Formats: sequence, structure tokens, C-alpha cells
Amino acid sequence: MENQVMKEVLNEKNFAALDQVIEANKDRKGALMPILHEAQNIFGALPIEVQTVISEKLDISLAEIYGVVTFYSQFSLVPKGEFVIGLCLGTACYVKGAQNILDRLETELGIKVGETSKDGKFTLEATRCLGCCGLAPVMVINEKVYGRLEPGQITGILKQYK
Amino acid sequence: MEKVTLTINGIQVQAPKDYTILKAAREIGIHIPTLCYLEGVNEIGACRVCVVEVERARALLTACTTPVAEGMVVKTNSKRVREARKMVVELILANHNRECLVCDRNGSCELQKLTEELGIKEVSYEGVKRTPTIDDFSPSIVRDTSKCILCGRCIATCKNVQEIGILEFTNRGFNTEVSPAFNSSMTEMPCIYCGQCVNACPVAALREKSSIDDVWEAIDNPDLHVIVQSAPAVRAALGECFDNPIGTNVTGKMATALHMMGFDKVFDTNFAADLTILEEGTELLGRIKNGGVLPMITSCSPGWINFAELNYPELLPHLSSCKSPHQMFGAIMKTHYAKMNNIDPKKIYVVSVMPCTAKKYECKREEMGRDGYLDVDTVITTRELGKMIKQASIDFNELAEGKFDEYYGDYSGAAVIFGATGGVMEAALRTVADVLTGKDLEAIEYKAVRGEERIREAEVQIGDLTVKAAVTHSAAGARKIMEMIKAGEADYHFIEIMGCDGGCVNGGGQPHVSATNRVGIDIRLERAKALYSEDESLEIRKSHKNPSITRLYEEFLGEPNSHVAHEVLHTHYAGRDKYNLKK
Ligand code: SF4
Ligand code: SF4
Ligand code: SF4
Ligand code: FES
Repeated sequence: MENQVMKEVLNEKNFAALDQVIEANKDRKGALMPILHEAQNIFGALPIEVQTVISEKLDISLAEIYGVVTFYSQFSLVPKGEFVIGLCLGTACYVKGAQNILDRLETELGIKVGETSKDGKFTLEATRCLGCCGLAPVMVINEKVYGRLEPGQITGILKQYK
Repeated sequence: MEKVTLTINGIQVQAPKDYTILKAAREIGIHIPTLCYLEGVNEIGACRVCVVEVERARALLTACTTPVAEGMVVKTNSKRVREARKMVVELILANHNRECLVCDRNGSCELQKLTEELGIKEVSYEGVKRTPTIDDFSPSIVRDTSKCILCGRCIATCKNVQEIGILEFTNRGFNTEVSPAFNSSMTEMPCIYCGQCVNACPVAALREKSSIDDVWEAIDNPDLHVIVQSAPAVRAALGECFDNPIGTNVTGKMATALHMMGFDKVFDTNFAADLTILEEGTELLGRIKNGGVLPMITSCSPGWINFAELNYPELLPHLSSCKSPHQMFGAIMKTHYAKMNNIDPKKIYVVSVMPCTAKKYECKREEMGRDGYLDVDTVITTRELGKMIKQASIDFNELAEGKFDEYYGDYSGAAVIFGATGGVMEAALRTVADVLTGKDLEAIEYKAVRGEERIREAEVQIGDLTVKAAVTHSAAGARKIMEMIKAGEADYHFIEIMGCDGGCVNGGGQPHVSATNRVGIDIRLERAKALYSEDESLEIRKSHKNPSITRLYEEFLGEPNSHVAHEVLHTHYAGRDKYNLKK
């Protein structure tokens, strides 16, 4: 991971904590899921450096672990940014032009869906329906909801977080 | 096993309770098409091609995973079933790079055959296609997801047969892919290039990296003296490329074809297999006598060598220092043969026909050559040779039985059986027994080391030495043995390890056998039989009795393990990092 944030979290203390978690869980059935959860908490993400350690210690292939990590959306490969932007790409939002909003977000932030900006500030995610279709298209930044969005508003909204 | 009675297509059948519908149907000759199913390896019910109608069940059921039951009434080819199958395959085709005419698997593809069998004439859905990954960084294997149908057969083979686990389903939903971790190249993961996943793949999503063009170019180049050699296991399988039954031995026809293709010399890796026995046998006796590292392990299989270097660097001193036979052969060509025939070694081009994809990687290793040239220039698989014979418009089945060119094409029966698991061990025992007793022993068949059991052991009394031997095959077997050595539980002198399940006869470069044609037949055994019967038919069945080997020692090497022999025929190994992700 070139990411600066990642470099910092991959420290000795965190790896020691990971070892403890593995030790505590490794003999129980289905140890992988709880260990991945804890590891995600410790490091904020599950990059290859973390997955290889788990692979070696549990004797489960790296591919299998990576398969699980990429299957469940609660895990991520790179740490999330300070602000997580979730844009709904459900049907209602899509019909109301969520794609244009997404295009705008991607250009403004210089990242694609699923990525985190280099400075570690923003993570852009596509989410499922948020249950407020009346406000479509909808986006959430951390907890705050923005509805009835127009592409022209994006620059202004992002400014508040920069 | 308790039996149940069921009805399939109006026919009453009795089947053991643990049978699936698929198995019960097959036993009475009813064919149910399958795609993801690979008997004993991948039985996950993923593709739904095998669906059947079962009375009182609401949905169609997958025959490959549904067990039979008392009183069950099954229809395998009703209209509803046929239409469901068609839809399943059409959906696969919608996301498939359908360029059969120029595809590596044209003619040997299970999806192509299924599409024809189901009578699909058009693909009604045309969806968005996934962005493909084409990983062709490895010298052995190409992974091309534009052809992948997500059947999981490669995953199960690598994970359950080899117990390595390089490939996996990754991501999910529409983005699901079969790939190594981090969608990395196989070169960045501890893949041993055995090609077992290639054999398992029903389509062209995993295939060997082809060297066919390189070989034709070399043959066409008037400045090059092009020599071909082929491994023992090739002759036991090449015939399958021309519709011969599995287990047909085509040694003579293959020799004829190779001559016709325009190689300057047609020799045989078997010659070097005999040479290997002398070198390895001598090395073993030396280690026993001088308190060297034991058990000593064979080094003929580059898949196994890769496995050892990646996973057990600390145990590498157990490996014999012998190069694999085809590398020894190449080395002899570029030294002794070159000198005897007054040819500049740089102008000699050696092609190896191998049942193996790992050998494509092996021949490019730095240690495998001298003065800036390689022992072996190019490796092609049995499948590639089959294709080249077709490209040369040779009617293979009509060919006369030919011969290999003399001297470096001469071999004993012991060399032939190298292609089957246990063969190297048996060949070695034949020679070691004679050397130790100073006699020409008649009992030369060591049946205890034959067969397909994962680990086989034998104690052979030779003079006053009890030789303790073990044989294993597949990376899974290798891991078991290595763990035994680590734990100090491997009380053997000599161990044979082959990286592929069944040995080279089932190598990753052998002709594809469809999942349907694998049913009820053990291809490892059938191909091995072809080798054992050639061995039996030969007059000379011990490596050290091959007069051309004696001649080679007289003319060039002196004696086994001599200084020259070490220089030319032996090598060394080094541990490697398991993960090599390019950041
Ligand atoms: S993999 Fe099979 S179906 Fe696909 S293009 Fe190749 S031959 Fe055709
Ligand atoms: S070549 Fe062998 S080790 Fe590599 S992915 Fe295929 S089966 Fe697994
Ligand atoms: S690569 Fe081949 S064997 Fe593996 S999932 Fe894809 S189609 Fe199936
Ligand atoms: S589900 Fe039975 S063959 Fe694929």
C-alpha cells in the first residue's frame, strides 16, 4: 500500500495486537470471520500485509481469505478516509440522475467508487437504497444526508469538509 | 450400502442411497449434461446445467448434487428441463468472449460442445461484459477471465487436489471473478505452475503459454540445428489428440511425426532418464555411505521443485542435485553432442515435448545453461505437439511406426516408466540393487511402489542393506512428506515426489479429457498402463544396461557424479519468497 495512512497503521503494536487476536481465536471453529473483524478494527482495513499474517497462522490460503474479504462489504482493503461519502445507486436515485452526481464526485475527488483519496480525507462508496427515495438522488457524508442533489451543488458541499 | 428404488425417464432403477441423481442416471446410460461438475473434485452445484425435473419438487433440481430417494420420479429431458438448461447456458454465453474460431480450446471446449448439444442458435441476452484480466506474465500459464465461466473447477483442483489454493472466487455479484488474491499475477503468488488447474478448466480461461510459433520459426531457420526430445509420458497420451482411446501408446507414430515436422534430430528424453538413474542412484549410495543428508528426494519434477523452494527452503538439502532429465538431455546436446558433431552450441536449438507446464518455467531458469545459452531452448506441451502435428497436415493415425535417432534416442524400460508415479523409484531400485549386489538380478519389478495411493512405502532388502523408500505424488502428498521430515518421522533413504497427481502421465500439459469422459475411468492408471507394458516389451529394462549410456560415460562423463557430470548434469536450489506483489 503506497497510502501514507496505511504505512502508519502497519506498526509493530498493531501486529502484536493481531497476534493476540489470532491466538485467542485460532482453535475455535469458523475462526476466520471474527479474526478478520478484529483485524479490520485494529488496522482500519485488511491490506495484504495483514492478510498474509492471518493466512500463515491459520493455514488458510491467501486467496481464500481475500475471497472472503472482498465478498463482505464490511471489510475493506484500504483504510477508509476521514469522511465516507455514500452515494445511493438504487433504482430511484439512478432514475433521478445519480450517475451524473457520481461522475461529478469522481472528477472532483480524483478517485473512483471504492477508493480513498491520497490525503486520506475522502472515501467514495456506492450504497444500497437508504430508504428515503423521496429525496432522490441521495448522498450521505458520514451521518449527514444530502437530498435532491444537482451536480452543480457538489463542489460547494465538498468544500465544507476540506 | 442400502439401496433405494427410483424412476428415471420411466425406467425403474435401484441405486445406493448415497448416489446423486446424476450418478444413478449414468449407470443406466442416461446422459445428463454437466459443466461445473468434476467427479470427486468439484461437486458444488454452481452452474445449474444439470437440472432435472423431480415430481413433487417445485423447482428444478441439480442432478449433480441431489441425492436419490425412495420413490423419486425424475425426468431428465422434458421440455421444461431443456429450456432451463438453454437459458443457463445462454446467460453464460452472454458474458463470454465468444471467439471460438480463433480460440485455444476450439474443438476441445466443453462449453462449445454443450452449446451445440443444447441446440443454442442465438444468444438472446446481450449484457454488459466484465472487464477482463489477462495474466500472461508467467512463462507457463495464461489466465484470461474473458473466457471464464465461474465453474470453480480450477479452484477445487488447486485447493483440494494440490492443497495449495492459489485461485478463489473473489468479489461478488456481477463482479465475481476467479482469481488469485488481490487479482495478482500467478507469478506473484506461490503458484507452482503445475497446470492442474489448466487440465480442470472446461474452457480457455486457463491455458498454457504457447510456444508453437517459436518452434516453427526455429525449424524454419537454416542456421539452427533443431533437436527434439519427448518425455516418457507424452507417448502415453498424445494419441488422445487424434481420438485414440485413453492409454494408447503411440511411441512409433510420434517418432515418425517428429521426423516429418522437420526436426534435424529426433531424440528421446528417455535416454536422459536412464542417465538420471545413474547420477541419482550414485548420489544416493554416496549419501548413505558418507552420512549425507537423508532421506534424499528426487528432483525430476519442476512443479515439485517450485513447491519445495517456495514452502520448505530449509529442507532443500534433501533434494537430489540432479537436473531433471530433459534438462540433462539439453545440457548433453550443447556440450558433448555439439563437440562430437562439430556444431557451435549456440546454433543448437533444443525443443522438449513435455506433459508439463512447469517445465516451461524451468528451462528459463538461470542455472539451466552455461556461457549465455540455455540447456533447453523451448518447452512445448503434449497438447501443443498435437496441434503442431495437425498444423503440419500430418494424418497421425495413418503413420508408420518410426524410430528415434540412434545413440541419444536409445533407452531402457526403466526410463519409460518415469512417466508414472513410482516409476523413478522402481527404475532406481533396479539399478541400485545390481550395483550393490554386483549381480544382474532378475526380479526387477517392484510392484509395492506402483499404484495411485497418496503415499506408498517399500522396504527392499538389497545385499545387507534394507533400502527404505517412499513415493508420493501431488503437492498435497509432497506437503505430507515434508511435514514428516520436519517432524523427524521420515525414516527413509529415498523418496520420490512428483508434483502432479498420478505423476507426469497426468501432468498439466497433457491432452484435455472432458469431465464427461473422465467418468468411470482413471486416466492416471490407463496412461500408466501404456508405459508399464512398453517397459515389459523391451529387452533392456535397467538403466545401467543401456549401452548408449555406457558409451556416453566412456566418451564424455567418465563416471557417475564425476567432476564433468557435476558441471553439466547437476544444479542447485534456493528458497524464494512466497509472495512477490509488485507494489
Ligand atoms: S472457451 Fe470455448 S466457447 Fe469460449 S471461445 Fe473458446 S472455444 Fe469458444
Ligand atoms: S498451476 Fe498448480 S499451483 Fe498454480 S494455480 Fe494452477 S493448480 Fe494451483
Ligand atoms: S478458470 Fe476455468 S476452471 Fe476456473 S472457474 Fe474459470 S472456467 Fe472454471
Ligand atoms: S450444477 Fe450440476 S453440473 Fe453444474
